[in-house]
Amino acid sequence: MSNKQKEKKGGLLTWLGNSQVWKSIIRSGIPRERRGRMFSVLNSVFLHLHPVRMPRHAVKLKYTWCAGGLSFYIFCVLTITGILLMFYYRPTVEYAYTDIMDLGEQVPLGIMREIHRWAAHLMVITVWIHMFRVFMTGSYKPPREFNWMVGVILLVLTLLLSFTGYLLPWDQLAIWAITVGTNMARATPFLGHEGPGAALLSIGDINLVHAGSDIRFALLGGRFVGEAALLRFYVLHCIGFPFIIIIFMAIHFWRIRKDGGITTPV
Amino acid sequence: MLTFILLTFFFIFPPNDWFYKWNKKFKLDLIWTNKGGILILLGLLTFFLFGLTDENFKLIALKPDNVPIVGLIFLVAFFTWLSMKQATENDKRIDNNEKVNEYHDPDDKVLTWPDLVYIELIALVLCTVLLVVWSIALPAPLEQPANPTLSPNPSKAPWYFLGLQEMLVYFDPWIAGVLFPTLMLIGLMAIPYLDTNKEGVGYYSFKQRKMAVSFFMFGWLVLWVLLIVIGTFLRGPNWNFFGPFEYWDIHKLEPLTNINLSDYIYIIWFRSGLPENILLREIGGFILILGYFLILPPLFAKTMLKKLYQKLGNFRYSVFIILILFAMSLPIKMYLRWLFNLKYIIAIPEYFFNI
Repeated sequence: MSNKQKEKKGGLLTWLGNSQVWKSIIRSGIPRERRGRMFSVLNSVFLHLHPVRMPRHAVKLKYTWCAGGLSFYIFCVLTITGILLMFYYRPTVEYAYTDIMDLGEQVPLGIMREIHRWAAHLMVITVWIHMFRVFMTGSYKPPREFNWMVGVILLVLTLLLSFTGYLLPWDQLAIWAITVGTNMARATPFLGHEGPGAALLSIGDINLVHAGSDIRFALLGGRFVGEAALLRFYVLHCIGFPFIIIIFMAIHFWRIRKDGGITTPV
Repeated sequence: MLTFILLTFFFIFPPNDWFYKWNKKFKLDLIWTNKGGILILLGLLTFFLFGLTDENFKLIALKPDNVPIVGLIFLVAFFTWLSMKQATENDKRIDNNEKVNEYHDPDDKVLTWPDLVYIELIALVLCTVLLVVWSIALPAPLEQPANPTLSPNPSKAPWYFLGLQEMLVYFDPWIAGVLFPTLMLIGLMAIPYLDTNKEGVGYYSFKQRKMAVSFFMFGWLVLWVLLIVIGTFLRGPNWNFFGPFEYWDIHKLEPLTNINLSDYIYIIWFRSGLPENILLREIGGFILILGYFLILPPLFAKTMLKKLYQKLGNFRYSVFIILILFAMSLPIKMYLRWLFNLKYIIAIPEYFFNI
């Protein structure tokens, strides 16, 4: 049998796999031997986050719990569902709540909001569990101290992302959870108008830090959770914090590799 | 209940050799075997299954936003068990001069494609399935439209901040909401610089790093997860404490009999009125707080923590001990509140400075 006949017998998939278009996208084809498998990791922009070869224990679920990888995956899920949700949602006091209602009632089979909400909860949990795993395997010790710090920052950003998203449905749960949460900012030492030391910051009789100028005011854009707060939280939730967290994630992943990959016992 | 947890905690996660000896003597490490794990799981399951027959419990545990926390309880229990199980196994191997379970010949490596990639793929698919099923089964909650004039009772922060809200019972917002979270983050970030122990990298272990693991577990399990669970399930209207099967009665009355340390000193003991001068009034509290942070560290350095002090040196030790003292101040304040109805140690409401 000539080569041509062999290809015909392979059917549509083989024909597709050998087409110029496919080969231009995925150069190495389906890797079946060692060399090809190594190249498939090296040549892929996504897979090359990984090293080509790994210590045997490092791929075991028992060791890694997959919590870090899942956190990243859930972040991707949240980004995608979040973008879809943005099509339907207007961050104003007038429309926010009714838009969410519409989303539930008008969109057939819509579960994007559900996925977004539960994934957000899940991401907080997986990030905690990832931190717990990293601690228990001593993976924060030199030379990985800095990456642990980046991880703590990522944890904070995860919580902030979740917190800012909490306000957006503009229902009773949202507004009061954010009110309770931001009320604490009122008591920031020196910067909050009910914090210790705030009374000391004054020129003569004029207080510099009061309800209209303290850190809570800056956070909410007003004295209470209202229109300005909704817009601020929306912008922070959709653009601000994702922008920052992506930068830190890049550093985090980069440093994992630069610090010697996953930890191995000596 | 909390007293029980606090008393047993350091025997289960012993921070030093003395506790470790007792841990072995009571055979507490049997918790971290398969049998122990199944027992924990069965215990939790029976609690929740029996609990669900109770209407009040069901109402709270199955509230859509509380479901993740029920999941969190199981996940935290499972992963604590899993890590400690592997740690105990490795401890035994190290004692017998064997290589740890995670050890493989450095040249014996696997290829990322396919060995890691397929595990990742399965994990992603399972995670997606979980999310989709969860989302179909449980609609995302949407309550009445926001109404700034009508506050629900209790109003709760998002669940991951409920630990902080729970601290508000014992401390003023500037401590519970600002100082403690800041210190927590600083403390977390400082861990790699304070823990100078070189052992235990790349495998689960306990014996080689007792103190580090024990303190971390205390912060994570007791001061964080437990407070969240209490804040979610056991705090009802007016942030009153309710038992797990108790009806959240909005009219439950809790007498507010808490009094300040200065009242104790001047009114109850000296039977004179409070002095006018603020500093004089609060002198007792200032002495206590300053003593706590200035006298205890050198005292510990000379006695209990002598070895640690020598190992860490001045600067590291100071940071470490201050962080620990701050962490311990929460349970201390809790007990002072429960035993003596103590409200503030230093109370200067004039400047919003209450401790």
